[in-house]
Amino acid sequence: MNRSLSWGETLITAVVKTCGYSAIVFVLLIFFFLLREGLPTLAEVKFGELFSTRWYPIEDHFGILPLVTGSIIVTVGAMLVAIPFGIGTAVFLSEIAPRWMREILKPLVELLGGLPSVVLGFLGILLLAPFLRNFLNLPTGLTALAGALLLGGIAVPTTVSIAEDALDSVPQGYREGALALGATKWQTIWRVTLPAARSGVLTALMLGIGRTIGETMAVMMVTGNAPVMAVKFSSIFSPVRTMTATIAAEMGEVANGSTYYHVLFFIGLVLFLISLVVNIIASSVVFKSKSRAERVLS
Amino acid sequence: MRYRRLALLILLMFMTACGRATGQTSPQTITSAYIQNKGSDTIVNLALAWAEQYQAEHPEISISVTGGGSGTGIAALLNKTVDIANASRQMQAEEIQKAQASGFEPVEFVIARDAIGVIVNPANPVGQLTMQQVSDIYSGRINNWSQVGGRDWPIVRLSREVNSGTHVYFRDTVIRLGDKNNKTLFATDTLLLPSSEGIVSEIRLNPNAIGYDGLGYIPSDLKTVALARDATSPYVLPSITSVNDKSYPVARDLYMYTAGQPTGAVKAYLDWVVSPEAQTIVANLGFVPILK
Repeated sequence: MNRSLSWGETLITAVVKTCGYSAIVFVLLIFFFLLREGLPTLAEVKFGELFSTRWYPIEDHFGILPLVTGSIIVTVGAMLVAIPFGIGTAVFLSEIAPRWMREILKPLVELLGGLPSVVLGFLGILLLAPFLRNFLNLPTGLTALAGALLLGGIAVPTTVSIAEDALDSVPQGYREGALALGATKWQTIWRVTLPAARSGVLTALMLGIGRTIGETMAVMMVTGNAPVMAVKFSSIFSPVRTMTATIAAEMGEVANGSTYYHVLFFIGLVLFLISLVVNIIASSVVFKSKSRAERVLS
Repeated sequence: MRYRRLALLILLMFMTACGRATGQTSPQTITSAYIQNKGSDTIVNLALAWAEQYQAEHPEISISVTGGGSGTGIAALLNKTVDIANASRQMQAEEIQKAQASGFEPVEFVIARDAIGVIVNPANPVGQLTMQQVSDIYSGRINNWSQVGGRDWPIVRLSREVNSGTHVYFRDTVIRLGDKNNKTLFATDTLLLPSSEGIVSEIRLNPNAIGYDGLGYIPSDLKTVALARDATSPYVLPSITSVNDKSYPVARDLYMYTAGQPTGAVKAYLDWVVSPEAQTIVANLGFVPILK
């Protein structure tokens, strides 16, 4: 009896351990694969050429700067949409809305997160892009702005869902304490509840950014995919080409092992490094805020 | 208009088909054969449709069709691993030399034609352009419709993605005007859309847009622009007639190649491919049938 229990326990421990380690192993394997396929680029393409401003790979113009700036402008734009909307909705659901409304709204928001991005892309092409063109009097609606709005929309449900959970787990005593000291409802939310839920809210935002920067289909459909340098503020109103859309659109036809193939993997590597940096910054902020909270408590 | 012409064509095909039926005894004498057919991705759907139809009519023949690109098909022909190579371009001199070195003369068959139409929104008053103007529009030298006789609207250029054969053909024939030393590129702000559908829907919704697509993919609610080779030439709309008499400038022949003069089942198949019956399939798939 005892023996079989310990056997079962050993087995389960082993399975759980394998699952845990496999995540690390997979990330490492993917990283090494990207390195192996992407690094030959540095030997094959001159450094100055790689960081030039012309992307026309079928005639050996391998400048990836337009793609990097395109991804950045779309992602930053999307976050400017997703942060206020995401946190605002989360605060409303957790702190202001009555229980019954919250019970209806939260599943609805989460349902929105389940919409396939290709469907949103269709809406973007048929509704959002013509609307933007008419409303802002642009030459075309297929712009970075359309991509940013759509991606913001895609990031909001993820952000709301996780941020709301974080706000919800703040002990009721914090709010009661603040209100007892004479704080208004707004002061309680802004000065007490939100800072207390800070690490959860930041995680929510990071997952939102992650969803945004890696999103491909919707972006490919609405940003116009023109490889222009997006460095001015007005670039948000012009078509851009993102790194993800480039890989998705071009990987299918490229000859295995060619320079072009290596450059596409190099773009993947750049994307991976950007996500890594974002995650490291995020987790360092989260850790810092935690240690500060611990100092306050002790 | 187009339908009436097509109907006339089909009628004509039936008449000629009936006329020839009596002499068509040679394919029946072949007992069974296997034909390998490989090459251009542009042609692959057409070749598949032909193969299906032909196999339905001649159960003793089986045909395998694969894509891979014109170069792949020709290379396979040189290695004698296929019977027929499909190509959307003519064989190059060095490929012909290689064929001669391995002991055969490649034989070329024009099997269909393919035209690219330049399309704009129906609200756009511009209905005709010279090749030089289209080139200047796509290379970024012309940026407003008023420069080519239209309204004061900005031009939004649409193109297929860089991996599309149509993109490359359009660049070489229109933007570079067929000049091999010309290295003009698409303007960087050209919108590269991943599908024909993307181009069509953007032009339908946006009066500023200009795009291009294979003749068979252009829906009737968009406006096709008449093109002229130069300022003194007439402006011509793409159609089956104008492609066949070569007056429309952006059209290419599609080819099949065999190693030496074909014999037996391969010859019977190639004869059938240029027959009126097979050429109706060409029109159905949006290519231009050859008229003899």
